[in-house]
Amino acid sequence: MSALHHKLLRDLLRMWPQLAAVALVMAVGIMALTMALSTVASLRHAQDAYYEHYRFPHVFTHLKRAPSSLAPRIAEIPGVSRVLTRVVVDVNLDVPGLPEPAVGRLVSIPGAPPFGVSELHIRRGRLPEPGRAGEVVASEAFAEAHSLQPGATLRAIINGRLQTLTIVGVALSPEYIYQIRPGEFFPDDLRFGVFWIPYTELAPAFNLDGAFNDVALTLSPGASEPDVLRRLDDLTEPYGGAGAFNRTEQLSHRYVSDEMEQLKGMARIPPTIFLAAAAFILNIVFSRLVRTQREQIAVLKAFGYSAASIALHYLQMVVVVAVVGTSLGVFGGWRFGLFLTELYTRFFRFPVFTFHLDSGAVILALSVAVGAAVVGTLGAVRRAAALPPAQAMRPEAPADYRATLIERTGLQRLLSPAGRMILRHLERQPVRAVLTCLGVALAMAVLILGSFTHGAVNYLMDFQFNASQHQDMTIVLVEPASPSATAEISRLPGVLDSETFRAVPVRLRAGPRSRREAIIGLPANPRLSRVLDVYARPVPIPEDGLLLSDSLARILEVGPGDTVSVEVLEGQRPVADLTVRAIVTTYVGTAAYMQASALGRLMREGPVVSGAYLKVDPAQAATLYATLKQTPRVASVNVKQASISTFQKTFAQNILRMRLFNLVFASIIAFGVIFNSARIALAERAHELATLRILGFTRAEVSVILLGELAVITAAALPVGLVLGRLLSAYAATALRTETHRIPLVINTSTYGFAATVILVAALLSGLVVRRGLDHLDLIETLKSKG
Amino acid sequence: MPSTVLDGRGLTKVYQMGEVSVHALRGVDLRLYEGEFIVLLGPSGSGKSTLLNILGGLDHPSSGSVHFLDHDLTSGSDRDLTRFRREHVGFVFQFYNLVPSLTAAENVALVTEISRDPMKPHDALALVGLADRASHFPSQLSGGEQQRVAIARAVAKRPDVLLCDEPTGALDVTTGLLVLEAIARINSELGTLTAVITHNAVIATIADRVINLSAGHIASIHTNTTKADPASLSW
Repeated sequence: MSALHHKLLRDLLRMWPQLAAVALVMAVGIMALTMALSTVASLRHAQDAYYEHYRFPHVFTHLKRAPSSLAPRIAEIPGVSRVLTRVVVDVNLDVPGLPEPAVGRLVSIPGAPPFGVSELHIRRGRLPEPGRAGEVVASEAFAEAHSLQPGATLRAIINGRLQTLTIVGVALSPEYIYQIRPGEFFPDDLRFGVFWIPYTELAPAFNLDGAFNDVALTLSPGASEPDVLRRLDDLTEPYGGAGAFNRTEQLSHRYVSDEMEQLKGMARIPPTIFLAAAAFILNIVFSRLVRTQREQIAVLKAFGYSAASIALHYLQMVVVVAVVGTSLGVFGGWRFGLFLTELYTRFFRFPVFTFHLDSGAVILALSVAVGAAVVGTLGAVRRAAALPPAQAMRPEAPADYRATLIERTGLQRLLSPAGRMILRHLERQPVRAVLTCLGVALAMAVLILGSFTHGAVNYLMDFQFNASQHQDMTIVLVEPASPSATAEISRLPGVLDSETFRAVPVRLRAGPRSRREAIIGLPANPRLSRVLDVYARPVPIPEDGLLLSDSLARILEVGPGDTVSVEVLEGQRPVADLTVRAIVTTYVGTAAYMQASALGRLMREGPVVSGAYLKVDPAQAATLYATLKQTPRVASVNVKQASISTFQKTFAQNILRMRLFNLVFASIIAFGVIFNSARIALAERAHELATLRILGFTRAEVSVILLGELAVITAAALPVGLVLGRLLSAYAATALRTETHRIPLVINTSTYGFAATVILVAALLSGLVVRRGLDHLDLIETLKSKG
Repeated sequence: MPSTVLDGRGLTKVYQMGEVSVHALRGVDLRLYEGEFIVLLGPSGSGKSTLLNILGGLDHPSSGSVHFLDHDLTSGSDRDLTRFRREHVGFVFQFYNLVPSLTAAENVALVTEISRDPMKPHDALALVGLADRASHFPSQLSGGEQQRVAIARAVAKRPDVLLCDEPTGALDVTTGLLVLEAIARINSELGTLTAVITHNAVIATIADRVINLSAGHIASIHTNTTKADPASLSW
């Protein structure tokens, strides 16, 4: 080890508190980076392996009823590898111990495996044996939610008849990695389950013997997916085809993809913030270091060390910090990744899902950490390298102070001598003052970013469940029917109010963009299911034309006044061009609305309803549930309270867990920046302040000069931090936005207040530390040194 | 006749200090010969340090020329000057300028590691009588000891030229004498061309030649017929 390396090591040891603060800030960013990227890689790996081995389909379509003879014609479509035709129906389920009805999705399986497409992974028990009535395999998520073991039974209304189903096995399917009920946005494993039943059992029960209503197929390599989709639509259209779609519109796949997108966002935003903060602190620390070591640098140069070897020396120091930060961060990323993976296994059902630290992520982490550190210190290192040896031997020239702007405007009478010293010092190094101010503002912005989600989630829940949904329950009929069908239900005891709706599956097209969606037909001024604008004000449903949710408008790239082509995928399948009348706000999923009468005209049908929204007397809810469980026309019942609790259990909880994480780390930045700035201010001015003490200034007066500067910077940083925090939150809300959910950019006053408080506390604590340092100034020693 | 080691011709140096031009050197001609002991004497502001910096390759003259043996240093690039200093010059400064985070031996090693034929750091420390303080940090040494470490550091590479800028400026008489003894011993035992800057006329008596500077000029050059023993000095 060379002498220069000894110096490196000892400088590192001497400066460890400051450097540790930087390494910690860096570690947080690196942790988010490695965790997010490794989890994405692990998810991708699990997904790829699962899709490959269990033959996850590439293309899907649902239809009303097609004869089995259509299957070979589908198989003949060029590019199609394997075809699975099946029966898929949703039924009303009566689960022991669950008051409200649940939805069971019954999926037929053809004889013995392998099925060729969408294989099942049996976790426990066995597949149903042909000929044994009522045997089913249940999805693991549902079975676990109810602690159902093979042998358990439940009752389902199958085509109007109450039947008992016996669970003989528990399985996973690549189509239900994320088990979510259509029309819902969060998984509810208590109230939605998937069941696999032999075709020979299921098809006859729904009068689909020798027929099918669902197609899943895989493609051969090099197949043209759009071409297959078009040909499949052509083939299935006469049989009520609801439009073929690829993986991107498959619910489970979309959710897994959205999650990966969000993780990629996490790999971008927090690391950028934290590495920028680390670079900033390093800049402060190393600028200071080079200034204090200018004579040492001069000596090294006088003895023949080259500029490059000086630069290298300081860069090595920076790299050590970056490597320590990266190591801590990678370790944290690994631990958090394991934790996150554990969390994911509750939502995402893979046969095998293990977390692997991604080596690419680690290499990337190291490069960005070193990169950020080098960028942050490049200026200081360059100054060190460029220091002329002769000049460096002389003490630094006295600082060039001038009257401040305020003094030049003649307001100096308002300022005490201490006040003038503070202002002159700030104005003499305006770049540093501004940078420090920005650093504090950045810390505050990160605090706002870290905590605004709390208010935002509350707002979202209030928006969704109070302002928008005034109903307690939504029921969907098995088949669209005349309004009398729901009128019966609305007369049931306990129903206080009801409002019907029509839901029509369509494909919306705008230019080359298209989207399968259900248009919801509502009355002109809905009482229960309200459509809201961005200010949560009810929007009346226009007499003609469409209302689109902001998310859908974004996907289709249309705005008010634009025309959207609507292809109905049901009944007479009319096609029409409709004008977008307004954009409405939703924070979960996508939606399109029309007035029910206009939708009826489009469909060329009389008054038809798909279901109803109900307002329910809580005292009679239990009786109502019991009745609904046995009402054959009702395909599904959605209880708002249940949605609220699943929302809280999943989305809200995750968001809030992230918030805690953010808060801790935002506080690290806040303290890191403020503490370092204060310490350096003390170190740089110790000589000057000790001189003042010798001249008779009291400790309090000297403190005012130093801490006053900190106070001015902190005060200036607060409003900047507010604005920066809002911008950063807006950016994060946009960057983390997925099709399935968005976080509203709602920042409560309390969030701002909280962030400002943390900053003030950090400033106060740093001030106290510095104050202690001031009290211990060694006056004699300070004056003996050259300052 | 001993050979010329450093040769300065018509050296001037002008510093721009804000709006004021400071003429630190106003045309200096000076030759330094192999093995001699030179004292540059003059009040502060006379240009001593500027001259030493230029001779030592720390700075460029504004005009004039400097030669080391047959190398022209006048227009040397930063890289050339760095190599010149690394291979041929040892510096001792008024404020010692030790690296505080390195021990005495390590401070010396800092230089020996980049030299071609250096002494062992311990030998260099022994030369200034500090062999037993090798593992002390600068903060654990007295001012005189620190300056002797700085001398050891300067001579450890066996330089052709030893340049000392006010080496006793920050020291009391007793320790200052110890430092001068060390420098004189280096000069006599190793035969290193040594130039010492001082404003203390007493010190001039230990030199072979005394060069008096005043306001950027050489006011006089005086050759001592007998050199005083540093131990006999007092001021």
